[in-house]
Amino acid sequence: MKPPRFEYYDPRTVEEALKLFTDQPGESKVLSGGQSLMPLLNMRLLRPKAIIDINRIESLKTVRPWNQGLSVGAGVAVLAIETDRQFAERLPILYDAARHIAHPQIRSRGTICGSIAHADSAAELPALAVALKAEMVATGSSGTRTISSDEFFISYFTTSLQPNEILTEVRFPAPPEKMAWSFLEVSRRHGDFAMVGIVTGLELDPTGKQIKDARLVYFGVGPTPVRLEEAEQALVGQAPGQPAFQAASDVASKTLDPDNDLHASADYRRHVAGALTRRSLDQAWRKLGGN
Amino acid sequence: MATNRTVQLRVNGVEHEGTVEVRKTLSDFLREDLGLCGTNIGCEHGVCGACTVLMNGETVRSCLLLAVQADGMELMTVEGLASPTGELHPIQEAFREKHGLQCGFCTPGFLVTTYKLLQSNPNPSLDEIKEWLAGHLCRCTGYEDILESVKLAAARLRGESDAPQPLPKSS
Repeated sequence: MKPPRFEYYDPRTVEEALKLFTDQPGESKVLSGGQSLMPLLNMRLLRPKAIIDINRIESLKTVRPWNQGLSVGAGVAVLAIETDRQFAERLPILYDAARHIAHPQIRSRGTICGSIAHADSAAELPALAVALKAEMVATGSSGTRTISSDEFFISYFTTSLQPNEILTEVRFPAPPEKMAWSFLEVSRRHGDFAMVGIVTGLELDPTGKQIKDARLVYFGVGPTPVRLEEAEQALVGQAPGQPAFQAASDVASKTLDPDNDLHASADYRRHVAGALTRRSLDQAWRKLGGN
Repeated sequence: MATNRTVQLRVNGVEHEGTVEVRKTLSDFLREDLGLCGTNIGCEHGVCGACTVLMNGETVRSCLLLAVQADGMELMTVEGLASPTGELHPIQEAFREKHGLQCGFCTPGFLVTTYKLLQSNPNPSLDEIKEWLAGHLCRCTGYEDILESVKLAAARLRGESDAPQPLPKSS
């Protein structure tokens, strides 16, 4: 038997789950898709007293329109991004990114909220949440509160969720209507965690000759997804095209401070981050009719 | 809180019921309790893909599920591919003919994913095949032959008349 002993509960309502969860703060773990928690249990890196499996809570399995965007419950698998038309229609950048998120055999179980709550710094969904300015809905015994993506991710595998709170919903507002997006990542094998990845948004002014707004969010390069406002600022007001994109790329390579690890050196990551900055800006610009 | 539970599930069309410890993974349950040892267990953390099975029609890692989570579900393991009389499934035929395996450890996962892929997309491009199979590791370096196997299986399942015919059965 691989996982250590634990008590197992599979409540049918959020209220029931919360009661179980808050009865033993810090000693129980919420199990949703299990694609991160189960490996930790199998390897006995975690020994929770109780597992609270939220897979049988039907009310968490909903995707509904919210603020021109979408609200996604904690029971919604990543696979829904590909199968539920609402994602392609309202959040096309999520749809474009979905095939980079692990493998089909993982997307079928792993959940959108689960990946965000797990907060792996090399994962795609936390970076997408930051780029799209998502709101996290934390439910605790005293009610719910929303946490902005800027305040949600604290460090490696660390979020601002309290020990007695469950992430029950993530709300993605509609991105600015005229913003074009690009999602790129470099990984050893398709579907693996990224060594470096980027979510890029680009918006031009009505004349199409000037950059009005930009979003550059990197992952795999630090303890949390990194939004690089310095690089965004280097773009705003400039004419779209290689000189501006190169300038932003230089800022990224200089400013980012990634770690060395088994998968890649810090220098290599900085180099790739710069290249992806250029490439993704170019890709977004093409979507706006640029060349 | 009891550490054991009764689970009822349907595997390859057969109803099963068993009492399991709640911490037992689905992969161990399939092998040890149901005797379905076709599902292999490799890495036990979701990376290698050897333990892939279908649950309610989707490919899943059975090492990353608890057996209790499969209560009430419909599963298909690699044993569900061949006919009850032992006739190989066209996907298995193709893997045999194109040498899509050497040691065979990873093969159950590759077969189950190929089954799902060809069910949802009968005519996948090479890139689509690669994307689906990227969730599986083969350490006998058989990837080229595996891709050939999937292409052949797809052509035969589409009923293409120019697809090479299966090898004659050895007597």
